[in-house]
Amino acid sequence: MTTAAERETRAGVGKEGRNLVEIENLKVYFPIRAGIFKTVQGTVKAVDDISFEVRRGETLGLVGESGCGKSTTGRAMIRLREPTAGSVRFDGVDLTTLKSGPLRRLRRRMQIIFQDPYGSLDPRMTVGAIVSEPLDTHKLAKGEEKRARVAELLKMVGLDPSYVNRYPHEFSGGQRQRIGVARALAVEPEFIVCDEPISALDVSIQAQVLNLLTDLRDRLGLTYLFIAHDLSVVKHISDRVAVMYLGKIVEIGPPDVIYAAPAHPYTRALLSAVPVPDPTMERKRRRVILTGDVPSPANPPAGCRFHTRCWLYERLGKPENCRTIDPPLREVGGTDQKAACHYAEDSIKSDVGVAHIEDAPVRHGTPEAALRVAHKSAAELMGEIPEGDIDQALIPSIEEVPPAAGAGASGDGGNTGAKPN
Amino acid sequence: MEEAVSLELTPDEAARITREQRETKAARSKNLLEVKGLSTHFFTPDGVVRAVDDVSFELGYGETLGLVGESGCGKSVTALSLTRLVPNPPGRIVGGSVVFDGVDLLKLSDDGMRKLRGKEIGFIFQDPLTSLNPTLTIGYQIAEAIRQHMGLSKKASYDRVVELLGKVGIPRARDRLNDYPHQFSGGMRQRVMIAIALSCDPKLILADEPTTALDVTIQAQILELISVLSDEFGTAVLLITHDLGIAAGMCDRVNVMYAGRIVETGSVDVIFERPRMPYAWGLLDSLPRLDDVRGDRLRTIEGLPPLLINVPDACRFNPRCNFARDACRDHEPELTQREEPGHYARCWATDKGGWIA
Repeated sequence: MTTAAERETRAGVGKEGRNLVEIENLKVYFPIRAGIFKTVQGTVKAVDDISFEVRRGETLGLVGESGCGKSTTGRAMIRLREPTAGSVRFDGVDLTTLKSGPLRRLRRRMQIIFQDPYGSLDPRMTVGAIVSEPLDTHKLAKGEEKRARVAELLKMVGLDPSYVNRYPHEFSGGQRQRIGVARALAVEPEFIVCDEPISALDVSIQAQVLNLLTDLRDRLGLTYLFIAHDLSVVKHISDRVAVMYLGKIVEIGPPDVIYAAPAHPYTRALLSAVPVPDPTMERKRRRVILTGDVPSPANPPAGCRFHTRCWLYERLGKPENCRTIDPPLREVGGTDQKAACHYAEDSIKSDVGVAHIEDAPVRHGTPEAALRVAHKSAAELMGEIPEGDIDQALIPSIEEVPPAAGAGASGDGGNTGAKPN
Repeated sequence: MEEAVSLELTPDEAARITREQRETKAARSKNLLEVKGLSTHFFTPDGVVRAVDDVSFELGYGETLGLVGESGCGKSVTALSLTRLVPNPPGRIVGGSVVFDGVDLLKLSDDGMRKLRGKEIGFIFQDPLTSLNPTLTIGYQIAEAIRQHMGLSKKASYDRVVELLGKVGIPRARDRLNDYPHQFSGGMRQRVMIAIALSCDPKLILADEPTTALDVTIQAQILELISVLSDEFGTAVLLITHDLGIAAGMCDRVNVMYAGRIVETGSVDVIFERPRMPYAWGLLDSLPRLDDVRGDRLRTIEGLPPLLINVPDACRFNPRCNFARDACRDHEPELTQREEPGHYARCWATDKGGWIA
């Protein structure tokens, strides 16, 4: 994995500024209509006045609970949703005022990968047709050249190019997501919005797709907006992380900082709620139980939107400014970290929500740990593993592994007949 | 394929069996649930799918047992089989026994089974929106089970509903009795499901992915609730989940399932700290974690789980295993004991005399 700085250089910083996408005061409101005349009864403020930037070559993770506006933000950034107000500048060009012709030309440089690998592929199109459609739309290739490009794309995402004439239902969930990735890569974009790309997949398949996305990013110098609700996944892939709550960004910064010393009480509550697959840590963990549900975005609380569920607000004796003044996103700690909390400094000082998380150099449950228990040295083990050395045996790279045979004929649900889960 | 066990008994036979079983209950073991050799197959046009294949485990009184694995591994079908809710056709329990509190459920009459479901065994399913009836009020749906199984009057049953709703943390419970499910949020609906599951003081709760449809902060609330209430009521929980983090936090013991088989079983500490089956290593390794030192590639389990039609006599994980040798392809290993008591794994490589023992 390359560092963000290396990728930034490769993606050409200094050419036209450091930021690839800049968002300023973005608002996306949806009208609530009711009654037989469908009159507007109110507005859902899905995204309410947010500003941030995505730097060239970086992966910005966007986390939050359902309904917090993270997907709407992602879509507004490539203008799949019309913003109500504010601006989205892509490489210096304001997308919100662009006419359809120039917008289509610009769209070549930005793509999206959707969450649901079942819903986002047309069941009546072959894989070849799906992957080549963007090439036709943008008139990038035709004939033999197009066929070669499709084969190359399929190979790039770890699929056998001979699958071009198959239909989506013949593939498993992980393989379909690879098709979605190939389609996004077809036009050689610079910026990809990954909208929960692995949430619908099984654990072992999640890791495969996540590795594919990292490999492609490092190889092609891509910039990602990575939307997810899983904080561990976001930590793994992102160079910076933004946390959203009820249409607002409440905290943004590098993951090492945000996960070790979160400045917003909501970030701490989120972190404390994530289950860790380690019973010892689980016993040490003290959850910050947030009472109640997320308030309705049609009628958000006044002042700080989180104050109705905030543990710090309770602890500080319900200070008045939390109820009356909406805290702006501001610099804290001087480590590229910003938070929208009046009492961010108090939050940073506590160990609430993160006390149980230690950076573990060796994980429990790995072959190494298991073998250490069995009093075997790694060297001893290497001699005993038939195929090559231990690293080779443990970490096959995607190029070496042929796509799973037989899977294409069955699909994911095929192995049990009925749907068991 | 094994001979299908006939589940049809005459009422007389069923009554006799139940009576005999009740009588031997005094001499029962310490386990609430004993599953032996349970096999559930689905008969499809493509062939017989062995969704659950010779699964045995037990669950003590008040214990929380996890059943973890990826989709299609048979964990939900196991739970459905325990309560005889497998859709038939195409599914059928073809063998084994499920002894619950001294009674073999697979030999029980349909009527006896109906009396047991909801009373002795409570359910919490993944999706509270589809498990609740949208046309009935919350109060009615919780009271239904209470009236059915405990013979309380309408008034008394509603009092109990209010008490239960208070227990699961629904504010102003009495005012909300006449609300419909759509008026509740996802987390609140799941609380209602828990209230229904607990309504008749069950001995066992089957929780099938109880928090998968919920956000993390709501998930934390619900898990806390399940663990506090099961302690308070002394209820045993069979927790089915794909999330290893949840299993680590909630369970006393864990069964890992793969391709219709239990491949490893042991206490939660053993399973997460010293697993002896490469599939468990792979699962733990492929998770990005909060406590990760960032930046490394994730190790993955390549390939896909096998089809469960015409399963060869071989370790079912061997095509995806980095440690597989010829022995793994020749015969399927049994669940054999490892260092700690109660820790069993299905693996030639880590068995006594194996190449990574």
